[in-house]
Amino acid sequence: MPAILVRELVKTFGSTRALDGLDLTVQTGEIHGFLGPNGSGKSTALRILLGLVRADSGTVELLGANPFKHAVELHRRLAYVPGDVALWPNLSGGEIIDLLGRMRGGLNQQRRSSLLERFQLDPTKKGRSYSKGNRQKVALVAALASDVELLLLDEPTSGLDPLMEASFRQCLMDESANGRTVLLSSHILAEVEAVCERVTIIRSGRTVQTGALADLQQLSRTFLSLQLAGPPPEGLGQMAGVHDLQVESLPPAVAGSTDAVTQVSCQVEQSALDGVLRQVAQVGVISLNSQPPTLEELFLRFYADPTTGPTTETQTQTQTQA
Amino acid sequence: MTASENGFSGTVGLFRLAMRRDRILLPAWISVFALTAAVSAQATADLYPTLGSRIAAGNTINSSAPLIAIYGRVYDTSSLGAVSMIKMGGFGGVCVALLSIILMTRHTRAEEDSGRMELLSATAVGRLAPLGSASAVIVFANLVLALLTALLLVAVGLPASGSLAFGLSWAGAGLAFGAIAAVCAQLSSSARTATALASVVLAACYALRAVGDSVFGSDHGPGWPSWISPIGWAQQVRPFAGDQWPVLLLSLCFSISIGAVALVLASRRDLGAGLFQTRSGPAGAAARLRSPMALAWRLQRGAFVGWLITFVLLGLMIGGIASSVGDFLNNPTAREFITKLGGEKGLVDAFLAIELSFGGILASAFGIQVVMRLAAEEREHRAEAVLATAVSRTRWALGHILIAAFGTAALLLAVGIAAGATSAIQSGEPNEVSRVALASLAQLPAAWVLTAITVAVLGIAPRLIVLGWVMFSGFILLAELGPLLNLPQWVLDVSPFAHVPRLPGVAATPTPFALLTAAAFAICAVGLASLNRRDIT
Repeated sequence: MPAILVRELVKTFGSTRALDGLDLTVQTGEIHGFLGPNGSGKSTALRILLGLVRADSGTVELLGANPFKHAVELHRRLAYVPGDVALWPNLSGGEIIDLLGRMRGGLNQQRRSSLLERFQLDPTKKGRSYSKGNRQKVALVAALASDVELLLLDEPTSGLDPLMEASFRQCLMDESANGRTVLLSSHILAEVEAVCERVTIIRSGRTVQTGALADLQQLSRTFLSLQLAGPPPEGLGQMAGVHDLQVESLPPAVAGSTDAVTQVSCQVEQSALDGVLRQVAQVGVISLNSQPPTLEELFLRFYADPTTGPTTETQTQTQTQA
Repeated sequence: MTASENGFSGTVGLFRLAMRRDRILLPAWISVFALTAAVSAQATADLYPTLGSRIAAGNTINSSAPLIAIYGRVYDTSSLGAVSMIKMGGFGGVCVALLSIILMTRHTRAEEDSGRMELLSATAVGRLAPLGSASAVIVFANLVLALLTALLLVAVGLPASGSLAFGLSWAGAGLAFGAIAAVCAQLSSSARTATALASVVLAACYALRAVGDSVFGSDHGPGWPSWISPIGWAQQVRPFAGDQWPVLLLSLCFSISIGAVALVLASRRDLGAGLFQTRSGPAGAAARLRSPMALAWRLQRGAFVGWLITFVLLGLMIGGIASSVGDFLNNPTAREFITKLGGEKGLVDAFLAIELSFGGILASAFGIQVVMRLAAEEREHRAEAVLATAVSRTRWALGHILIAAFGTAALLLAVGIAAGATSAIQSGEPNEVSRVALASLAQLPAAWVLTAITVAVLGIAPRLIVLGWVMFSGFILLAELGPLLNLPQWVLDVSPFAHVPRLPGVAATPTPFALLTAAAFAICAVGLASLNRRDIT
């Protein structure tokens, strides 16, 4: 049974359609990345999962139950970190951490102190004196110090410095190793790439892509830049999975060699990499530079295209000619 | 550096922004104040149509030190204006001062708390511009209020000169406390503290003039304590009783000097900082801080203690006055004056009944304020953190609602016991304590209805939560002005307080209390049910 199961979820606020048929499945024990640009409905989806907001239509199951009807029982088993943390101005950070933990049903004191150390958070300051990043840390410590099955994190690292982000990632890995399920909403791709096994990408309240990170990375492309000893092999531009092929012949003086050199650059899908390398090797490779596939590149392509996300088929049709 | 690049640059823009934000609030407040003054003047004129009746009413107040302490002295008992505006001068001045305090805090310290000021300060807005524009708002609002009030008073038939003096005396109090609030905003590290600090100064100034007028005062004028109080100055303008214009200059000079102090403080202070710095707190929560109820108490207890102290003092004052009511009520007009406003049997009881019903209305304000705080918890997204734990919406809300319910009961008991005890000591009747305390508690079901209505608004339409205060003001106006205006009984009956027997001194059946309590529970239940169904914002 998945920890989170969302089908055809719709939520409107007045005339705004915040969620427009969202699908989301999070398997028990995985760290699931929930990606989308600002205003795409990530926070609304999380608030529905928390039972704070009621769904208009569609099915929502959280740990096997309806989150609106069974909010209290479910909340004993999960912890939540909002994207914009609001604290009580006259309570200290330590008081807030304890209070939230106790109201959830208990707090692991040992983990509380190790997390405070890890995040270098001073728990004696009053809520009103914390900076944005430190407010975030208060909420993170309160959530991570609880013994819960599921963590719902809404852009939890906005406001954290890079060192703290690294600490946070390490924490997430530890949580996952302990069998906890994590739904991590984010638009920071490096973070998602570093910790998530599976991701769901949404835009305008709809799921545009979901799957294992490895599969999605296959959808993204490796950038190759080569210097070849002769003209590029016949039909390189027509090969399935090769895009944006650019060829430039460099005169010997520029290339710094006695023979003519061809400068070739292209984007290659994971599946076509082997074939491309075999072909160019026959011509003779002088130098090779490659940039590994990033989710970023995939992400940008998803949001640049206003209608649909890229699929392997459409890419094949739109590939650039040499 | 050109003139446009000093600390005040951007003031005009901020002023426009403030006017835009207050486009409903300001006109509403100003017209309510001005209308109340005019309606009250008209009603008193109808109540005392002859010169003789006015002199008698004026003498009634002047012959009682407690009434002088509350309202001030009538300096010309033959003047219709002086007699009819006596209640409006001091009390009204306090209300205008409160409006100025709220306005000043709202446009300075509260903006820093919210972080919006940071956004504005990063633009071409000078360091002193927020204070400058807030001051402009206050000057503007108070002048408009003064002129509108003067016009309406002239319209109901009072002399023009006195009407203008009255309007300007209000403005004087408003300006003075706007300046005081400006200094408080610089000293405090949050809007809440700033408002509380300025309100304490206001209460102290009111108390100063009460002592100055009654203990140190004579028919010719007040003692020195009134002369160091801006509320005292407002009264010493003596509208319709000689119109002492130079006293207005005192208010003006005071406001300018205190305003200058605020400017100096503002130019030296960091954004967001205050003179009273935030102290650090405990590294962990005390064992009892573990439930939404405990959290609610933690958030509300400071305000509750403040209210409790106020109510004990109020009770002591009521008790003190009650025992002397008999002394000065040996003239028949005074007798009529009190019985007209209160119950029928026993003048002391009639007086107590009036004052305790006032206490009931005031206590209901505490209940409304507690629910407003609950609404703020949701609006400022702190409720989300609580509701994401194993706490149901009902439990979350009930924590605050119970504080409202029991807190109101505690306040009414406090005022009743304090009044009863003071009265008992002076009269030598120990039974007085329980009798007066019970009479005070009789107000509780009606006060609960107001709390419940505010809960219902929170449950059904949280964005309209301000309706709680609108309803409260409406009931006060109804209770204060309704009988004077001879409004039909069914209109007066809209207020829950109209159904409370005028205790002590009259027979009471349990029926109205049971019905009011049942209504409060039912309305509160409707509110909670709606809260459980809607989206949390």
